[in-house]
Amino acid sequence: MPEENLTPSFLHLLSPKWQTIRARATKKEQGSSGRAVALGAVGIMFWGFIFTVLFRLLSYFKGIPEIGPLLAGKLLGLLLLSFFGMLLLSNVIASLSTFFLAKDLDLLVAGPVDWLRLYFAKLTETCAYSSWMVVLLAVPIFVAYGVAFDGGPMFVLVVIAALIPFLILPTVIGSAVTLLLVNAFPARRTRDILTVIGLLAAGGLVLLFRLMRPEQLARPEGFKSLIEFIAVLKTPTSPWLPSEWVQTGLMSWLRHEPDFLPFYLLSSTSAAFLVLGAGLHRQLYSKGFTKAQEGAERWAKETRSSSLFKRMLAPLGIVRRELVLKEVRLFFRDATQWSQLILLAVLVVVYVLNIKLLPIRGGGVTFFVSNLIPFLNLVLAGFVLASIAARFIFPGISLEGRTMWLLRSSPLAMRELLWSKFWVGTIPLLVMALALVTVTGMLMHVTEFIMLVSIFTITMMTFAIAGLAVGFGTMYPRFETENAAQIPTSFGGLLFMMASIVLIAAVIMLEARPVFGYLGSRAFGAESSTAEMVIGFGLAGLLCAAATLIPIRVALKRLEALEA
Amino acid sequence: MIELTALTKRYGSFTAVDAIDLRVPKGELFGFLGPNGAGKTTTLRMIAGILRPTAGTVKIGGVDIAADPIAAKRILGFIPDRPFIYEKLTGIEFLRFVGGLYNQNGKDIEHRSRELLALFDLENWRDELVESYSHGMRQKLIISSAFVHKPDVIVVDEPMVGLDPKAARILKDLFREYVRRGHTIMMSTHTLEVAETMCDRIGIIQNGKIRALGTMADLRAASTHGDSGLEDIFLRLTGENAAREFVDVLDA
Repeated sequence: MPEENLTPSFLHLLSPKWQTIRARATKKEQGSSGRAVALGAVGIMFWGFIFTVLFRLLSYFKGIPEIGPLLAGKLLGLLLLSFFGMLLLSNVIASLSTFFLAKDLDLLVAGPVDWLRLYFAKLTETCAYSSWMVVLLAVPIFVAYGVAFDGGPMFVLVVIAALIPFLILPTVIGSAVTLLLVNAFPARRTRDILTVIGLLAAGGLVLLFRLMRPEQLARPEGFKSLIEFIAVLKTPTSPWLPSEWVQTGLMSWLRHEPDFLPFYLLSSTSAAFLVLGAGLHRQLYSKGFTKAQEGAERWAKETRSSSLFKRMLAPLGIVRRELVLKEVRLFFRDATQWSQLILLAVLVVVYVLNIKLLPIRGGGVTFFVSNLIPFLNLVLAGFVLASIAARFIFPGISLEGRTMWLLRSSPLAMRELLWSKFWVGTIPLLVMALALVTVTGMLMHVTEFIMLVSIFTITMMTFAIAGLAVGFGTMYPRFETENAAQIPTSFGGLLFMMASIVLIAAVIMLEARPVFGYLGSRAFGAESSTAEMVIGFGLAGLLCAAATLIPIRVALKRLEALEA
Repeated sequence: MIELTALTKRYGSFTAVDAIDLRVPKGELFGFLGPNGAGKTTTLRMIAGILRPTAGTVKIGGVDIAADPIAAKRILGFIPDRPFIYEKLTGIEFLRFVGGLYNQNGKDIEHRSRELLALFDLENWRDELVESYSHGMRQKLIISSAFVHKPDVIVVDEPMVGLDPKAARILKDLFREYVRRGHTIMMSTHTLEVAETMCDRIGIIQNGKIRALGTMADLRAASTHGDSGLEDIFLRLTGENAAREFVDVLDA
């Protein structure tokens, strides 16, 4: 009997994954078709939006002689470079799960599975997990380029030919990095280290990008001459990076001067990397896999600060205090959770920086405008709050998943659980929201009235957004997910974000009339109506109170009916 | 202490528990046996208030769990078959948390927690996060958590799974002593030897219905085939003909 018949084939190794996807897709649940339609509609809208914006931009570029295609190429290069960075990072993180922590590994490693087939099967899985989002994002981008530059139907094949090696390369590199790291540290510790490094890198990049003030670089008048500008555009961003090869290859096709060298570089390099990756896997995988089974020893003793915090919570009573303590401990001991604070800090810094750079002072800017912008700033602050609540409050009930048996069999009222989740999330959120609004208000030198409006609105909105997060998080729980960062990307997370946007828009619209009235009276001496103020702010307050309480009430019913 | 009346659980057209009537009095250790999928776990989870019955009632210490769940659960401790607990808490923190859920804290809980951890050889692990515990250690921690608030009734699903022989022996002695002190324990198990030697009464469930109920002497007396051991009675009642299937499978 030939030897290859003795070990399972590469496709056989992948079949459980494929069957799982198929089972999920065909599983009929109540409301699943509605969800699919809603997700599909949002997806198509998103694609449509990206396509429209990019197509307009590219059409504009196309109209500029000489520089147009260069600008388009430069933009594609930048997009692909950021894709490459994202792919590299997500492959490093995904390969830790697929190669070292996945539950099917015991079965596969113990079975008579050929090492090379295992490597390719796991590599394919890693590639699929970490690339699907980038591929979906890339579709409208490539379509926009193809349509704007008349790429023709063959352009689809050209893109596929470039994209496959472009996806393989970061997968091989990412899994090799993980393989080396796992050989150096235990897997659990590696996951923590990777999460923190990944988020620091992402945060650092965002910050760096903002500090570079790219809006200034986009102005050609900043360069001494047009020739210098063209020279800068023509210089490849990084000639050794696959993103540059993809860019050169695709743009050569779109300029109707096909250059096949980049495609050759892409395919030969990815083939070579596959061979090198397989060799490294053969050498180090079994040692790394053994090491991954070792648990990282982690101790936690009560410190002075933790016992002080415990005493501070004493007035809450035993049950609430223990719930709060548990929430805080679980959050700060889980690297996948607390590390998101890094991104949050970056988001806040970028936000405040943007506000600081807003040109709302000086000549030509009226009192009306300089106070209206801070009011509209509340919309942005609301979005920031909603995205933070999605990250930190929304997953609360989902994270209880496997331990729900304990809470359900104990005399804990589910109301207590929900409200503890609400307060543990809301208080830090409120402190941050108030700091954000007062700091940005001060930077913009707003009037006392606008400052008061901002503080009132942001406080009410924080409660409402937190209420919506707890409510939607309980109504659409993801009990099976262990990584908190994945929970907000669910259908329920999407609904929560949509509900938050509607709420923010409604609050701002209700308050707009009295604010306009007041600013009008200050700027032009018109009368401002007290009744308008009371009605506007009163209705906004009522709406926020309803958005806080109703979702929690609905969630309570859902939680009490839950059979976990 | 535990009173089940016409307790029923249906999942669509499938009836997992079919109108069970059962009374476990104070001070009794009741063994609940049955083949896989017979309805044991579903029954125990309904008693613990985790699952809602489709019909029928559960009373704990005379309190209907559907009417007043908080009061009924206050006197109950539950040990599930799968030890899922908060991975990022230490052993001692988990026990304090469970005590807190029952509105208990302070020196009593501290003292009892330490004693329980020591009893199950976990005192050296008390400050280590649960994520580094083995399956058996987690099971021991969960068992400790069911005792930490001194409930009147303990409901246990498969307590021996994953325990080392020493811990299994400790658990048997602990259960007997707890019952001797007037508390009530209802446990499901597949270890027939454990049920035979430990339990005051035994109930055998199959296809959601109780097929046999009584002391070992009652079960022996009721057996028309002269079975003396629980294994024979169990296999006859549940229709398992292991030996024949075994041969067939090996020959297949």
